[in-house]
Amino acid sequence: MSSSPNNDHWLVRPRTIRWLWIIFSIVLALTVLAQIVIKVKGYFGVDGWFGFGAAFGFLVCVVLILIAKVLGRFLKRDEHFYDD
Amino acid sequence: MTEILPPAFILLAAALLIIMTRGHLRSAIVLLTPLATLWAIWQIPDGVTVTMNFIGYRIEPVEGSALRRLFATIFSIMTLVGGLYSFRQASRYELAAAFAYAGGAVGTAFAGDLVTLFVFWEVMAIFSTIIVWCGGTANARRAGTRYAIMHVLGGVIFMVGIAGVAVQTGSIDVQAMRATDFATWMILVGVLVNVAAPPVSAWLADAYPEATSTGAVFLSAFTTKAAVLALILLFPGEPILIGVGLYMVFYGIIYALLENDARRILAYSIVNQVGFMVCAVGIGTQLALNGAAAHAFAHIIYKALLFMSAGVVLYRTGKRKCTDLGGLFRTMPLTCVCGIIGALSISSFPLTSGFTTKALISEAALTEGLAAVYFLLAAASAGVFLHAGIKFPWFVFFQKDSGLRPKDAPWNMAAAMLVFAVLCIAIGIFPQPLYRLLPFPVDYDAYSPGKVLFYLQLLLFSGLAFFLLLPAMKRTLTVTLDVDWLWRVCFSRLANDVLVSVAGARAAVERRVRLQLDMMHVWASRLWGAQGIFAQSWPTGTTAIWIAVLLSAYVLIYYI
Repeated sequence: MSSSPNNDHWLVRPRTIRWLWIIFSIVLALTVLAQIVIKVKGYFGVDGWFGFGAAFGFLVCVVLILIAKVLGRFLKRDEHFYDD
Repeated sequence: MTEILPPAFILLAAALLIIMTRGHLRSAIVLLTPLATLWAIWQIPDGVTVTMNFIGYRIEPVEGSALRRLFATIFSIMTLVGGLYSFRQASRYELAAAFAYAGGAVGTAFAGDLVTLFVFWEVMAIFSTIIVWCGGTANARRAGTRYAIMHVLGGVIFMVGIAGVAVQTGSIDVQAMRATDFATWMILVGVLVNVAAPPVSAWLADAYPEATSTGAVFLSAFTTKAAVLALILLFPGEPILIGVGLYMVFYGIIYALLENDARRILAYSIVNQVGFMVCAVGIGTQLALNGAAAHAFAHIIYKALLFMSAGVVLYRTGKRKCTDLGGLFRTMPLTCVCGIIGALSISSFPLTSGFTTKALISEAALTEGLAAVYFLLAAASAGVFLHAGIKFPWFVFFQKDSGLRPKDAPWNMAAAMLVFAVLCIAIGIFPQPLYRLLPFPVDYDAYSPGKVLFYLQLLLFSGLAFFLLLPAMKRTLTVTLDVDWLWRVCFSRLANDVLVSVAGARAAVERRVRLQLDMMHVWASRLWGAQGIFAQSWPTGTTAIWIAVLLSAYVLIYYI
């Protein structure tokens, strides 16, 4: 980071990042709320539930990151592991 | 002419010419021969055009069908745009190898019999190895050798299968089969080695990232997708492929999440994406095979685009680790935007090519009522957004300010990226032209509002998970162990141990032999040595006595 935050690129200023989070949150909320108007067809029952895509996507990612974390504990080695 | 000459030969000839020419002439060859190949591909009618006899078997070097033309088309488009990306930066050896490699891929696409398929298969193996070696570093040399050994082994297994099938059925036609006996299993295993199926998935992420910034672009496109085509032709509906594909999908995600090297992240996501296609081939319905073919087509474009974007970063900064990169969006806006378009496409974001092609695979799982497969594929879609869709652009172009201020892409690299970025979005918005090229008729609308909303929720909330768990995603200076540990460490240690014990045994034997020799030497020198009995000069008297003894012995024996 540069010494003076105002001289840095506008995209990385804390103000912009705060705004990005706000906009992102609104978009997230809208995609879930849109299900009131747009029907998501449930082919297997559960996938038609309100907000299923959102919850499923979020939980899957949390689980995947956790699995990666746990596996990483066993499988990660120093990057020079294979060097002679 | 095309009735006699397979289109692959245009690219193979181009490879030779690239070696021999230089300057503008070479550039012209690089940019024009893929177009000529493309033209030749579309002259090929359905069915077998020419046959030859070879030790009693029918060789069919060129067999046309919608599916084969589709794959050959994307292979030559890839060669054209890859050539544009690399003709000013890559060495002529690498360019020539890339064209020969592409020729091998186009050749496999039209191979009507297993022997032709095998020959072009090996052409691909040889020239892709050369591209890895063109990386020029010690790591590239070693990784290239491991890559070559893996593909030679795969090729041998494939050949054993072909020979078995030829003997059993008397036919070497490329036709749908089932893995029911030894020979067909060998063919399946030989093909699966090339799609980077478990347990040998590691070869891909081991070798491709060691190539140059330009070489990796070609590598990402051909081997695995030609193998997907072989699976569609040889093993449609083989149930085991569903499991293999799902394994590859999640293997790719988990390993990419653990990885620090940006290009290795992309390599793992090849395994991940090819997993979707393998799974689709396993489902095996017309819709599923359409999905596998369409997804391979789209995948080659967005994956090459991602490797191009990572390649420009490597070319400009010489760095490929996430921990060294970051904040590059400031000075590389074009590379950054193209990287993001590639990343959105691989994540099958609506309005990108991945969305319109992967949807066919999910739909196939739906219509077959495979609930578990459907949900696992949906989960994997979320995982793709996590490991490639956000992780790659975030860590390379944003994340932190690495202080690097590299220039943006050279004009030809920029042009190649733009072509592919536009194609990604064009196929996303207008999928119908691609759908029309698919092997079976498509009656499918990817953009029903409900589906779009479902995937938007899925992907955007994956994004939320990424940024909320960002502290847990902190990059570490590590590599991740894989099955290849077996041959990179375990086997070489075992071999070392064997060598040491063999050396020990040899030393023991040598010691014993030397001891024996020494004893013989002592004994011999006692007899024949300088002081030995036979070396002494004997007095005449002794001799006379001995003669007297011998004579009397003779007389005695005579009388008896």
